[in-house]
Amino acid sequence: MIHLLIVGVLVVVATLGLGLLLTQTGILPAQASQQAITIDWLFDIHFWFIAFFVALICVIIVYSLIVFRRKQGEKGDGVYMHGNQRLEIIWTIVPIGIVLWMAVIGGQTLSDVERRDPQAITVDVFASQWSWRFQYEVTTAEGVQTAVASDVLVLPRNQQALLRLHSQDVIHSFYVPEFRVKQDILPGGEKYVRELRITPNTNGTYTVQCAEICGQGHYSMLAEVQVVDGAEFTSWLTEQAADCNLSDAECGLRWAETFGCLGCHSLDGTAKIGPTWLGLFGHAVELTDGSTVTADHNYLLTSIVDPNAQIVAGYQPNVMPQNFDELLSEEQINQIVAFIESLGN
Amino acid sequence: MRFFSTSFFRGLIAQAAGTVLGMGLVMALRVIFGLPLSSPVEADDAHIREIIVVGGVIVGAITFMIGAGVFTDWFKWARGEETSDDHTPDPSKPNWMRYFSVDFDHKVIGVQYGVTSLLLLLFGGIFAMLFRIELSGSGITFLNSEIFKVLLGYDGPHLYNTLMSLHGIVMIAGILLGVGAMSNYLVPMLIGANDMAFPRLNAFAFWINVPGAAILLSSLFFGGFDTGWVGYPPLSLRAPLGMQMFLIGVYLVGLSSIAGSINVIVTTLTMRAKGMSMFRMPIFCWAALATALLQFTATQLIGLSFQLVMLERLLGMTFFDSLKGGDPVLYQHLFWFYSHPAVYVFILPGLGVISELLPVFSRKPLYGTRWVALSSFGIAVVSFFVWAHHMFVSGMSPFLRIPFMYSTLLVAVPTGVKFFSWAATLWQGKIIFKTPMLFALGAVVIFLLGGVTGPPLATIATDLHLHDTWFVVGHFHDTMFGGFIFPFVAAIFYWFPKMTGRMYNEKQGKIQFWLMFIGFMLMSNLQLVLGLLGMRRRVVDFDAALGFDTMQLALTIGGFMVFFGMLLFAYNIIRSWTKGEVAEGNVWDSRSPEWQKPNPMPLHNYEHPFEVVGEPYDYGLPNSRYVNMNPAGESPAAH
Repeated sequence: MIHLLIVGVLVVVATLGLGLLLTQTGILPAQASQQAITIDWLFDIHFWFIAFFVALICVIIVYSLIVFRRKQGEKGDGVYMHGNQRLEIIWTIVPIGIVLWMAVIGGQTLSDVERRDPQAITVDVFASQWSWRFQYEVTTAEGVQTAVASDVLVLPRNQQALLRLHSQDVIHSFYVPEFRVKQDILPGGEKYVRELRITPNTNGTYTVQCAEICGQGHYSMLAEVQVVDGAEFTSWLTEQAADCNLSDAECGLRWAETFGCLGCHSLDGTAKIGPTWLGLFGHAVELTDGSTVTADHNYLLTSIVDPNAQIVAGYQPNVMPQNFDELLSEEQINQIVAFIESLGN
Repeated sequence: MRFFSTSFFRGLIAQAAGTVLGMGLVMALRVIFGLPLSSPVEADDAHIREIIVVGGVIVGAITFMIGAGVFTDWFKWARGEETSDDHTPDPSKPNWMRYFSVDFDHKVIGVQYGVTSLLLLLFGGIFAMLFRIELSGSGITFLNSEIFKVLLGYDGPHLYNTLMSLHGIVMIAGILLGVGAMSNYLVPMLIGANDMAFPRLNAFAFWINVPGAAILLSSLFFGGFDTGWVGYPPLSLRAPLGMQMFLIGVYLVGLSSIAGSINVIVTTLTMRAKGMSMFRMPIFCWAALATALLQFTATQLIGLSFQLVMLERLLGMTFFDSLKGGDPVLYQHLFWFYSHPAVYVFILPGLGVISELLPVFSRKPLYGTRWVALSSFGIAVVSFFVWAHHMFVSGMSPFLRIPFMYSTLLVAVPTGVKFFSWAATLWQGKIIFKTPMLFALGAVVIFLLGGVTGPPLATIATDLHLHDTWFVVGHFHDTMFGGFIFPFVAAIFYWFPKMTGRMYNEKQGKIQFWLMFIGFMLMSNLQLVLGLLGMRRRVVDFDAALGFDTMQLALTIGGFMVFFGMLLFAYNIIRSWTKGEVAEGNVWDSRSPEWQKPNPMPLHNYEHPFEVVGEPYDYGLPNSRYVNMNPAGESPAAH
């Protein structure tokens, strides 16, 4: 009996210690969404159960190992007790009750996390190997419906954002740890578009990560998220909706950022998944078939719209998306070419 | 030079020849049907090469089996010839040759499984250590070293992805073989049978793993693959040729699982000793039976899903590529319908070993034996209804996630029964700290961590954060080390005298335990914490600003401690095999029948059948015994 009493006290102490360690030391990232608050509430319940069960079993085991070990020179067996039907039934029924209760609150938190707000703003998210693009529907000052694309996900604070997730090649996954939620992104068009709802509640800069392995560039498939005040969001969107009225090369840089070109092509001479653009224009390029071509205007144009036509030696075919002539207007492609030309020397 | 006449060597030669032959065959067929053998377009050329190589590799696997002599008896039967049922080894050949040859003795097959398993675990460990070096800090580019490019033709992130994927699948293959080792070696011995029900099928089940493992490992030299061990399409449809080697290799290992499980089921159900009712059957055999039922009924699904990916890649049949009308989520359902029960295939035998060892070393009955036995079946049954918890964020039907959350949480109940029973078994015992006991206790603590980290992954809302993070990695390593690695090491130490007639080195065993236990705790707890902090899995590098560098470095150190612990283990068993102290009689003072026989176990186990006259684990009950070794009342001296 005295053994059980000591173990009981130790279990309570260990549970408290372990529980406080798990809930109070910040082993979850900062909270930046309404969903995170709900989810962290459920995490805390889990943490206390974990603390209790680890304490219970470990205390009994460690106590037994110390107190009930066979001492030097001792012979003979332990106390003969082969089981207790009532005890077995208790430790079957009680856990069933606990897990059913967990499942019920698990369902409730899920419905909280996925609650729909009809006022949500819609953002189309396009994932491809290995970049992100975010597209907003806006009405310009002239009353024209237009789409704005960006390589940064800008979201207004305290308003639900409905992300419609599209993939152009393989399965990706949208994940921002501070928002606590993720959703896989499936290729295959409208039928496979999946939705994710997030209500950011803290201004700041975060990172979207691809959470589903998607090939060699998976680790670098990142994009910036900015949570800003509502007014700031509106003015940002209006600014983006305006036509690009910069020089061709400057507009080209903007499209190159927006459409993910820079995920694979560097501007500083380092070789990434694709060749660098620095010093490319006007120079000789060796291809996989051994021939050499000069990187002129036509070469660059072909390389964007039909990337498999000429593969540079040392690089793989079928890596670059082959649908840029559909995604981009002719003007935008020409502006990107103009930008690459400006990096020629 | 006798090595060159072993099945192993002849099989490998036949496999090499068969692969070349098979490639020639596919090329000949292409010529006959007027199909090109090469193409100026790089992508088409690669596709044609893939068809030819895959054809060759499949033929090679079959010729391995023929060359090794696995089919010899069956061919004789097909021709109407008689074969002898007496498979006493040829005394003119040295004993070691049995282990490299087709042999029908379940103990030899068990050791063959075990050694192959340890080799695969070694390969998996080496892969892990390579990418742990890369991951020990942000910005490290160890895998970009020139040597990898020269050896393999690729390096950097793709090499990381390949090593990470291979680590997963090679370990899984190693674990499946380890499960085979334990059930083959132990089941007939524990139930009083002299062999498995179908010895030839048993040999087939082991030997198919050899070409399987060779093909799986060869994917490293066929461009690797970057999908992780899950091989989700459409990514697996685009991966290099190495992907096919992965698919074929796993397919063959799966075939072994199915064939092996038939033996375990039939043997436990029909060949038990007199008086051994189901509830007097040792717990390990319950676990092995539950495992075999899972293997027998679920493995087909992974075979099917891999076969479909293989066909889609080779012949352009569209099953999973949604851009062409397939459904990528369908693959995940098929895959996890096996791969979730598979996890229980990995752990149930290990949990059985824990339940066997704790009573012996606590000198007390296993608390609630029947409940522990039935809990294995409880886990096995529930495991069929939980697969979609791997898919909570996959984009499957959102409402279906709820029932899977309920079923998944229910797994905690039979698992809890095991923990409570183990704790109660230790309570008021006379605990003896030998190496096998240390590993069994370590397994309980580690598996406990694996158990309690399950529910946060089971409730969907928290899984939205944890899915595809390092938390899952930590949870899985907890279950695998607690449910397989530690119990497997415990089992090898415990039955080492039975296998070899010699004792392992106790001191080295204890050093190994502390090295591995501390190293593993460091490693897996950091994995869990990194996951909670939001670090996603399967990345070759991470941003220094996340502040994970110190933890990743410590994680690498923990990983290397585990690795060195296993190397010490290999040294210990290899050395003790020939140089260990001679172990005579009932080393552990066990009630189990195999320990009433001399060490090593005689060739045909029990020349006289024994009779079960009591409960298996009634330690501490005076004047009781589990088996009567001489039921006819003959005196032992008569033999």
